[in-house]
Amino acid sequence: MKRAAPEPVQIVKQRRDAALAALVGGVPYMQFMGIGVERRGDELTATMKFDEKLIGNPFLPALHGGATAAFLEVTAIIEISWAMLWNDIESGAIDVEALVAGDLPRLPKTIDFTVDYLRSGLPRDAYARAKVIRAGRRYASVQVEAWQDNRDRLFAQATCHFLMPNRNDG
Amino acid sequence: MTPPNNKSAPMVDKATIARQFIEAIPYSKALGMVLTEIGDGLAEIVMDYNPALVGDPQTGVIHGGAISALMDTCGGAAVMSHADAPAGTATIDLRIDYMRGAIPGQAIRARAECYHITRSVAFVRAKAFDEDADNPVATASGAFTVERLK
Repeated sequence: MKRAAPEPVQIVKQRRDAALAALVGGVPYMQFMGIGVERRGDELTATMKFDEKLIGNPFLPALHGGATAAFLEVTAIIEISWAMLWNDIESGAIDVEALVAGDLPRLPKTIDFTVDYLRSGLPRDAYARAKVIRAGRRYASVQVEAWQDNRDRLFAQATCHFLMPNRNDG
Repeated sequence: MTPPNNKSAPMVDKATIARQFIEAIPYSKALGMVLTEIGDGLAEIVMDYNPALVGDPQTGVIHGGAISALMDTCGGAAVMSHADAPAGTATIDLRIDYMRGAIPGQAIRARAECYHITRSVAFVRAKAFDEDADNPVATASGAFTVERLK
């Protein structure tokens, strides 16, 4: 049996990058927070660039717990949305032009979000990666970790649950 | 959060110190938080609607992350205002349950209560509302550190 020839790399990349840009670019709060997302294959890494406005304790100084929580939550939402869209991005079923024009499908909604603060956030860039632990038809569970200088020294982690959009109503 | 060392300040000024301290926090300022009530382990903070904080441009609903930030700040303020909290506080953990999206255009009001405090840990509950005071947008519960004066 002969396999179909794989699509040219630039076409695959263009579709993935356009889909990610549409997901990220459509969120004003991410721009406000200075959060960007990089992609390698399907793996996403979010970066929150340090800015004075993210400070919560000017005397230490340290990042605001709310900024850290928001960073983790943003990362988790992007990851679950990305995971939900991935198969359609790969198959080409997704209309990337519609995505880019801002016509996003309905995205998962946060049900709850639990954050553990492990050490204080330093006044520098922070990174986060999320992992979809289980994505069911109706609910999903996602874990997310954030670090700064050392990948193994997390400064915060979180667990989130999401309500998945109904796939039957378009 | 740790306020400047102010051992000489009498207890009556605690609310004032907490208010000044919270309103001076860069991130709270950036999100437009205003402390409307504080004292005895209770705090209320209002955050005006701001298009920059929107999570979904199709609906204009504020991002959950901004609500989390509001809950965290309000929880910290409640701890700092408690009579048994000697100094500042930091969040150990915080859980937020989202009931619904906040109505676009409406301010969000969070109320937090430090309902129990030990020598090391403060326990907090919080709720956030838009103009509908009967249906919370989100609720939260968390544990905060109790910082000792050095």
